[in-house]
Amino acid sequence: MHNLTIAELIKGLQSKEFSSIELTQHFLDRIMTLNPAYNAVITITAENALKTAAVADKRLAAGNAPALCGVPILHKDIFCTRDVRTSCGSKMLDNFIPPYNATVVENFERDGVVVLGKTNMDEFAMGSSNETSFYGAVINPWAVDCVPGGSSGGSAAAIAARLAPGATATDTGGSIRQPAALCGITGLKPTYGRVSRWGMIAFASSLDQGGPMARTAEDCALLLHSMAGFDEKDSTCIDHEVPDYSATLGNSISGLRIGVPKEYFSEGLDVGTEQAVRVALAVLEAQGAELVEISLPNTGLSVPAYYVIAPAEASANLSRFDGVKYGYRCEDPKDLQDLYSRTRAEGFGEEVQRRILIGTYCLSAGYYDAYYGKAQQVRQLIKQDFTSAFKEIDVIMGPTCPSPAFKFGSKGDDPVAMYLEDIYTIATNLAGLPGMSVPCGMVDDKPVGLQIIGNYFDEALMLNIAHQYQQTTDWHNAVPKGIL
Amino acid sequence: MSSWETVIGLEVHVQLATKTKIFSGASTTFGAEPNTQACAIDLAMPGTLPVLNKQAVHYAVMFGLAIDAEIAKESAFERKNYFYPDLPKGYQTTQLEKPIVGRGNVEIQLADGRTKNVRIHHAHLEEDAGKSLHEGDFRHGVSGIDLNRAGTPLIEIVSEPDMSNAEEAIAFAKKLHSIVTSIGICDGEMSQGSMRFDVNVSVRRTGAAELGTRTETKNLNSFKFMEECIAKEVERQIDLIEDGGTVLQETRLYNGDTKVARSMRSKEEANDYRYFPCPDLLPVILTDETIEELRRNLPELPDARQARFVAQYGLSDYDAGILAYDSAMAAYFEVATARSGSAKLVANWTMGELAARLNSEDISIVKSPVTAEQLAGLITRIADNSISGKMAKEVFEGIWDGEGNADDIIETRDLKQVSDSGALEQIVAEVLAANQAMVDDYINTDEAKRKKKLGGFMGQIMKASKGQANPQQVNQILAKKLSELL
Repeated sequence: MHNLTIAELIKGLQSKEFSSIELTQHFLDRIMTLNPAYNAVITITAENALKTAAVADKRLAAGNAPALCGVPILHKDIFCTRDVRTSCGSKMLDNFIPPYNATVVENFERDGVVVLGKTNMDEFAMGSSNETSFYGAVINPWAVDCVPGGSSGGSAAAIAARLAPGATATDTGGSIRQPAALCGITGLKPTYGRVSRWGMIAFASSLDQGGPMARTAEDCALLLHSMAGFDEKDSTCIDHEVPDYSATLGNSISGLRIGVPKEYFSEGLDVGTEQAVRVALAVLEAQGAELVEISLPNTGLSVPAYYVIAPAEASANLSRFDGVKYGYRCEDPKDLQDLYSRTRAEGFGEEVQRRILIGTYCLSAGYYDAYYGKAQQVRQLIKQDFTSAFKEIDVIMGPTCPSPAFKFGSKGDDPVAMYLEDIYTIATNLAGLPGMSVPCGMVDDKPVGLQIIGNYFDEALMLNIAHQYQQTTDWHNAVPKGIL
Repeated sequence: MSSWETVIGLEVHVQLATKTKIFSGASTTFGAEPNTQACAIDLAMPGTLPVLNKQAVHYAVMFGLAIDAEIAKESAFERKNYFYPDLPKGYQTTQLEKPIVGRGNVEIQLADGRTKNVRIHHAHLEEDAGKSLHEGDFRHGVSGIDLNRAGTPLIEIVSEPDMSNAEEAIAFAKKLHSIVTSIGICDGEMSQGSMRFDVNVSVRRTGAAELGTRTETKNLNSFKFMEECIAKEVERQIDLIEDGGTVLQETRLYNGDTKVARSMRSKEEANDYRYFPCPDLLPVILTDETIEELRRNLPELPDARQARFVAQYGLSDYDAGILAYDSAMAAYFEVATARSGSAKLVANWTMGELAARLNSEDISIVKSPVTAEQLAGLITRIADNSISGKMAKEVFEGIWDGEGNADDIIETRDLKQVSDSGALEQIVAEVLAANQAMVDDYINTDEAKRKKKLGGFMGQIMKASKGQANPQQVNQILAKKLSELL
């Protein structure tokens, strides 16, 4: 069962080949047995999962159940789940049990989706390797000495290890696409405002966006359909019709104009990765798409701009973790100042503290214009790059990240090297555009991702292209060694 | 000794009378049990997001329209970052670069009859913080946090430093109070913190071009405290300079109970608030249609109401001003006048007896034990001469004490004034007959001095009628009867 895609599981559930309880129990058993090797899941909600599965079976028996009814998934531990610990990968929230659900969680509940548990992640989604989690690093199922990518490394590794057929994830600078690429699965970061951020613990509010991860584009289409939609509880959520993403997957891509930015194939890109991506582009060309070289001249500015804006927003977003109301509180504070400084010094990990300090510095009197003000101007330039590009082409493609999965600790001492992991993904967050990663090859037995960047609200087109690609390639079906 | 000038500017926090908070659906009702009116958003629980309360935006626009200010078609919220336990998010959501209300003007009236214009620099929307309850307010050795107030919508009104003494500052503060309560955007309950004033004061030698260094005294919530605080601060600054010292730019606190002011923090200790645009909220866009609709529906402003009271009810400027500037008093006056038809009597009683009693017992007019309808009942009986002024006071006391309406009290206490001329003539005749000596004395007195003798007869007549005789009628009858005897 665990090698079936969500689309196939839906067929099995609806044809009563297996029940949701059987399916759920199967994945729970796999998590119990296999997760210790990967550390991808940090909370297992077996009891709730089986209860939901029982209800789902009744709805399925009664007919007219929503498509995803009875399908088990995992939630990234950044989404608040009522009565279930939501840690955001941090000691700060190790004891935090929200009394409310994130809208995304609520939407899946409405559709009868079963939640198996919560996945590991970089602390407060700050990281590209999953090494910053309070709960320890996640192991990449493809190479046990390598990182799964981050921050949604737990979700990506869990899917690659067949611990769940799909999972939720979030992407602030590449946190869906980069781990999807490194774990050989499919992940989609929607247009900013497509998916509600209510109940999704904020890292950088103007960049954060939730999205689906699964093995195929077809499965991502099913998950996104359930996740997306207007939510009056999130002022930045956009009231834009949610199309039936599955309905257009079969469209021909003949005549599609694919922009290939020259800046995405420059210095720093691993040769094998470049090759895999070029081959993938050729496959699409063979399906009738046209490749057009384009330029996104301000690409080089995206990492510096991002590492001003994201930490600046984070420095304010994380101020609420002060030991006063909930979460971690230091032992025996001697006064208010001591409560604040020790709670935050002990409760936050090193990377989170680094970003809070960077953000605080960038917003300080005398530095604001040079850093935050400038970064916002750069953000506008990057947006304009894309706006002009989309006048000529339908989608943009390139590598998701510069190289396949790297070894644990290999970038630990150099935050800038780690930040460059997101060099191809960050610009779409700054522009608010949707981005996707699709498995497109292997380098040294490790997966490589093809990135598809769409225009605003063009998720249906992106999923259509990815699906068409996956009809003629097999990378998304590859199984890591040792996974049975 | 040289003379000194004082320069005063005010920052006024006005709590908006919305039912729910500025960014959440929690209630804003005052006085509930601690932390019962704070939802997940107010508690800054992880993952929660703000949604702007439209009513708060409309109230801010109404204020802008009331002071003839520029209304920003696009305004925006920013985060003001600082740590404090009663600030759950670790930042206050407020407006800085793009406030919703721009430059405006408030005209104030001074005791000598002059008026003065105070310019408003801007007014912006923001959220209130919660309250810290320290030792004394709370438990020994422990501080408590009450987040009921956290997220209550405020407008902060910032004036230019256009006031030059306490009288002007108080007049300005009162005028703002009058405006915001008249247009219904604030309940005006100062004791509950619905309006709080930060006072910026500096002094300079008369004629000096440069402003002196200013201090800011925060969170004054009564006009009286404001007046005391300004007087003390002006004196302190002048003494300091005359003794060769310098005024430090600092934030101060004034304790209205102990009458002591102290420094809270100096300029050097001031926070760097690291303002930046709030990414959780979209810019506030106002259309011309919305602004025009709010303008059309703007309730009557105090100045317009004063002019109307003069024209419609024939009140003096002064009386009309007192009644019109307090919107609750104005409403009371208009109800009582409509029911009784006697504007001047209602005005006198509302500003006199009623205001005095309310003041001495510290009751606001909306909670007056004597309702406008009840006062109208009393005024009706005064106007139709059923009772004398003296009786009216007794009846008023009765109504105040909950004994019922004017007519009930007049009935049960048998206070009805005797205006039946037949009955009065008989009483007068009896009194004259019983006091022949006084009558003789009257007749023998020079005509010019006879008037002085009338008081004696009046006293006897009122006594005989147990105070219920209509004095004006008695005067006429007495004059007639005595002239018949001459």
